[in-house]
Amino acid sequence: MASIVIDRVRKSYADVAVLHDVDLTIDDGEFIVLVGPSGCGKSTLLRMIAGLDDVTEGEIRIAGRPVGHLSPKDRDIAMVFQSYALYPHMSVRDNMSYGLKLRRTPKEKIASAVSGAARTLGLDALLDRRPKALSGGQRQRVAMGRATVRSPKAFLFDEPLSNLDARLREQMRSEIKRLHGQLKATSVYVTHDQIEAMTLADRIVALQGGRVQQVGTPLELYHTPANLFVAGFMGSPGMNFLSATYLAEGDGKAVMLPDGTRLALAGRPPLATGTRVTIGVRPEHVAIASGGDGLAVTVDLVEPTGLGFILHLRLHDLPFKIFRQGDTSGVDRPQVRVVLPAARLHLFDGDGRRVALA
Amino acid sequence: MTASARRLKGGLRAAALSLYLAFALFPLFWLLKVSVTPNILLYSEGIRMWPSRMTLDHYAYVLTHSQFPVFFRNSSIVAGGTAVCVTLLAALAGYAMSRFRFRGKAVIVVLMLITQMFPLAMLVAPIFRMMASVGLTNNLLGLVVVYTAFNVPFATFLMQSFFDGIPKDLEEAAMIDGATRFVAFRHIVLPLTLPGIAATLGFVFTAAWSELLFALMLISDNQVSTFPVGLLTFVSKFSVDFGQMMAAAVMALVPAGFFFLLIQRYLVQGLTAGAVKG
Repeated sequence: MASIVIDRVRKSYADVAVLHDVDLTIDDGEFIVLVGPSGCGKSTLLRMIAGLDDVTEGEIRIAGRPVGHLSPKDRDIAMVFQSYALYPHMSVRDNMSYGLKLRRTPKEKIASAVSGAARTLGLDALLDRRPKALSGGQRQRVAMGRATVRSPKAFLFDEPLSNLDARLREQMRSEIKRLHGQLKATSVYVTHDQIEAMTLADRIVALQGGRVQQVGTPLELYHTPANLFVAGFMGSPGMNFLSATYLAEGDGKAVMLPDGTRLALAGRPPLATGTRVTIGVRPEHVAIASGGDGLAVTVDLVEPTGLGFILHLRLHDLPFKIFRQGDTSGVDRPQVRVVLPAARLHLFDGDGRRVALA
Repeated sequence: MTASARRLKGGLRAAALSLYLAFALFPLFWLLKVSVTPNILLYSEGIRMWPSRMTLDHYAYVLTHSQFPVFFRNSSIVAGGTAVCVTLLAALAGYAMSRFRFRGKAVIVVLMLITQMFPLAMLVAPIFRMMASVGLTNNLLGLVVVYTAFNVPFATFLMQSFFDGIPKDLEEAAMIDGATRFVAFRHIVLPLTLPGIAATLGFVFTAAWSELLFALMLISDNQVSTFPVGLLTFVSKFSVDFGQMMAAAVMALVPAGFFFLLIQRYLVQGLTAGAVKG
């Protein structure tokens, strides 16, 4: 087990920079999820930790030791690939023991490590099969087993669940979490799925355009997103955004929507009156008004999810979503009125950065 | 589709395949037929699918009274040597082309393509001059060098396509598991490329085995002639000894056939199935 320090790391291919000055300290035993849309540089960062890609500038330290000059094999890490990357000409047993054999581990030790990992992952009966005789979920498990037998300093996961169907993905997600609970191994997990990020991470690193947007616990990112990107990326369905103008008069706790509607804020932002801002509110935090107050919106579409429903609305002709639990009674009409609770509103400035309310 | 329509379709497919097979195999059959036909029956019986009497005299004569065993040995050396050299070089070059980005890669690809553009007849004279000046004419090694040079570009592209078919993830997984790039190549990539290596070996072997032009031009001594050149010795000024020539040809087919028998299980692809999601 070890800590991983990423110290002002940059990566560029020819003249194209894909990662800009990434700083990150991963504590011993921590489960870090790198999340972001495709092309944000999250996989590149992971591959640089693994030693599969070179670091253009900056330094990566594993357990306090700079690893820039070390090849992947000398970094003592394990990686689970999106494609699983099982060796097709080897049995499950050989796949799992390959790394130990290369390290000249004694035979008895290999056998006990493999059978231990196989037991944990429920692979006992499959040890003599070839990968092609396994289902997707089983292959995924073998890939996990291959990573765990060596007890490496850290685990790296590169979108390990994205080739599985939804049910299996959910199941493996909880298994990974349970496994991490048992092994307490430092883990770096790359995904574009914010649910995986929310459910697995001790801390999430949100990346976009090769820059770290925010680092924090899942709930920190959910409740206090640092900018518009994080606000929109985390949570499903995504946060609603409305453009507005800040009004400093009175108690200074209000913004005005383009049509002149005033919305109350929970606090006073450090802004001048007339500043253009963006208001964000999560679909699950919007209330449907029973009386005549609130904003009038047109119902566009209703998506029942079983647990509740997602209401697609048009507010000032812009898309706007609500998520409510329960059945759709009371919203089966062309127009509803919604209330945006002041305590649930997020305020972002013209550059998309979160504005704190005093 | 009704059952009868399906049967009709199956019948048509079988008919088309048999027609093709008959077309492809008939010359081989005729070769065999002539090789066992006694000389006196060759012209006297008219066109028959099989002679009324068979003989193995031609085979016996070729093996005991001609230089065929020498030609055979020479061809084996040249074709085997070329196949091994080309496959070794092409595997290494193909791996580099498939896995690495390096300066001048595009130029190398273009140069390799250019070598394939010229008719061989055009190159005979300059090649002869070059080989003569280093004393490699009339020499089996000279043939191996020339065949290797001409076969490496195509074989490299062939091997590259086989390496391209092996996911990069596999090597990277091995390298993380503790292998160097070379060990990963040996343990993971090489076993999975065996079909490709077998195909390349077979392809180059047969090409070198049957090459005539350079073998004819660079070699003048019968002691170092290869078998295609040797076949021409059965053609004399006034007659062609068809029976012996065909017997020699049938025997020359044996190693090529045997070779393919050896590698055919590697030619059947599908070894990579299950490596990645599929």
